[in-house]
Amino acid sequence: MSDDKDRGSAQLRKAQATAADPLSEIMELQMGPSHPACHGTIKFNLRLDGENIIACDTEVGYLHRGFEKMCEQGTWTQAIPYTDRLNYASPLINNFIFCEAVERLCGITVPERASYLRVLLSECARISDHLTCLGMGATELGAFTVGFYMNEARELLYNMSSRVTGARVTVSYGRVGGLVRDVPDDFEDMIRAALKRTNEVLRDSEKLLERNRIFTDRMVGIGTMSQEQALSFGLTGPLLRATGIPYDLRKVAPYMVYDRMDFEVPVGTKGDNFDRFSVRFEETKQSIRIVEQCLAQLPGGPVIADDPTYVLPPKKDVYTTIEGLMNHFKIIIEGIRVPAGEIYFAGEAANGELGFYLVSDGSGRPYRVRVRPPCFYGMSALETMVKGFMIPDLAAIFGMINMIGGECDR
Amino acid sequence: MEWLIGGIESLGVILVVLTLSAMLLWVERKGSALVQNRVGANRAGVFRIAAPFNLGFMNTLMADPLKLFTKEDFIPAGADRLGHALAPCVALFPAVVTFAAIPFGDTIEVGGRIINLQAINLDVGFLYITALVSLGVYGIVLAGWASNNRWALLGSIRGSAQMISYELAMGISLVSMILLYGTLDMQEMVRWQGGLLFGVLPAWGVFYQPVAFLIVLTAGIAETKRVPFDLPECESELIAGYYTEYSGGKQACFMLSDFAEIVMVSGLVTTLFFGGWQVPYLDSKAGLGLPGMTPMALPAALITALQVGAFVVKVLFFCCFQILVRWTLPRFRYDQLMNLGWKKMMPIALLNMAATALIILLVEQGR
Repeated sequence: MSDDKDRGSAQLRKAQATAADPLSEIMELQMGPSHPACHGTIKFNLRLDGENIIACDTEVGYLHRGFEKMCEQGTWTQAIPYTDRLNYASPLINNFIFCEAVERLCGITVPERASYLRVLLSECARISDHLTCLGMGATELGAFTVGFYMNEARELLYNMSSRVTGARVTVSYGRVGGLVRDVPDDFEDMIRAALKRTNEVLRDSEKLLERNRIFTDRMVGIGTMSQEQALSFGLTGPLLRATGIPYDLRKVAPYMVYDRMDFEVPVGTKGDNFDRFSVRFEETKQSIRIVEQCLAQLPGGPVIADDPTYVLPPKKDVYTTIEGLMNHFKIIIEGIRVPAGEIYFAGEAANGELGFYLVSDGSGRPYRVRVRPPCFYGMSALETMVKGFMIPDLAAIFGMINMIGGECDR
Repeated sequence: MEWLIGGIESLGVILVVLTLSAMLLWVERKGSALVQNRVGANRAGVFRIAAPFNLGFMNTLMADPLKLFTKEDFIPAGADRLGHALAPCVALFPAVVTFAAIPFGDTIEVGGRIINLQAINLDVGFLYITALVSLGVYGIVLAGWASNNRWALLGSIRGSAQMISYELAMGISLVSMILLYGTLDMQEMVRWQGGLLFGVLPAWGVFYQPVAFLIVLTAGIAETKRVPFDLPECESELIAGYYTEYSGGKQACFMLSDFAEIVMVSGLVTTLFFGGWQVPYLDSKAGLGLPGMTPMALPAALITALQVGAFVVKVLFFCCFQILVRWTLPRFRYDQLMNLGWKKMMPIALLNMAATALIILLVEQGR
């Protein structure tokens, strides 16, 4: 498909050449932000020849809340709830990657149990994120039933998250040094029940879609990207792996305890929509494998580091000892004093490389928090993907980029 | 007297079609919930009686239309007001009146008077149906044009292209049915399907013309503009397609016409391919007789009831089938839809017609 990128401009030229013919008139159409496929968070300024897209100017920013600036106003710990609101389909991953970045700046080691739980919950979040993306992607092609099946499995994972963290989406479960509290006793049962249902859902969805001619016709060869194009746009995650590059930070630069996990990195071959769908589908299965390994290997012990400089003392000490009370007061009021310096740490979020570039001036507040949101880069590549295709393909391609407003617009 | 009976029958058919269409909305909401492991519509029960008896369908028979008709009727600025108001009527009218030519029972004798259980008994009933089905597209074109909205316009362009293309394949398949039955009278077609095939199978059209059946059913679903053929109105692409700018009662008319079309397509398929009101092994004159047995005489009223009942059951089956299809498949893309219509269904329908004509010619000559 080497002529892909010229297809749009060729159509434009053709349309201009026959401008005398009123039927060849180019229609300008603003799609979004209140269009059902745009989720209220994006707008496409389209130039159409019939239904063929000859240009697509993507406007992001409808969900901009000033995440980065807000982080500078509070303490390091107070930034954690903001990270929940980045990718709200998998808030736990954002939580943990942010904490991991701050920990590296501080040089704290996280207890083993906390690391395992972080991997475990990250993978659960990845599963629910992929289920959201796949389900919504199928719904946008009209396969509503698959979307509802996937929502059902996701609901079990959200319930689990609610049981563990106290919230379905706004979890704020990570802390610098570990986790805010240990998991409840029935945690394993809930996860196993959720994974069982997820497996069933994946099997049903595969039956409904994998060899469905209408579905494959809508996905294969649509929104194709070459490896070079994908790299030049800085794509990561499933979008990049769909082109065949096995770049996964969990393998390339393992963090937490991913190096102890046995899993594969699924890749595509053509870099089209179907590959993006399949990569996410297979990744869900791999995540289930990782969760099972974590459950089998999960060690005992504390879930937060024993380091009074960065970690709040136990409540018992706060109420019974003066040192505990003072320590608690200082950390809450002044914030943890992260050593001056800067760090870029990135982890594999559900959509790709989620990176935090942190600058600390040694005070209790972040000097700068910069986020590298994975789907922002996907959105910049959207025009290249959709040029020459049709409006229906735009909905499908946009669905497979899995643009999450909170993450993209920050 | 004739016009009175005709009038009563027409009124009855229109009422039944409209009520059935409204009930289908409930079947759709509950059926999709069943397919998707959801609870579905359960708010508007009657008198809050326990679940299985709360007459859930009253939900849509009363609450949904009531809600829609009390909403603001919004007409966008720059819209063609006359066209905007006319479009829903133009869409609904053919969908409802088409059913008039579909026979729902054999002729019965009441008080020495022969009554044909068919609202209008046309000897060209077939042409009447195909003509009215084609009219449905005008409502869509008018709605898209009058709305002064680009999404609506795109929807109506898609709709008109789709319906015209699929009507061709459908029409050609229907021609092969005319060749088979040798008549344009719907009632005669149903009578033709009364006997037995090979002494065992009921002589329904589907056993003679399976290919035509598949094409007519597919084109019929395309005609109702539902997934996988819901391109004129698909939500994730065109917001609501041709009726984007409609609200309240006018929108209800569009929705109702969609459901009325489902009933109409089911009626058409039943009549042409599944023996209409024919019950297998039941003859209007001789009574019930399984293969190899002497027929058992039944009261005429019972036979009529069985036949009308069989027709209703068959129609409901195809209505439910269409709803199941809608919640199982994803939708086509516009150009793929055109490819399927013109490059696959059209040639197959043409071949089928030619083969039918050839076989009938050979059979006729053999006699």
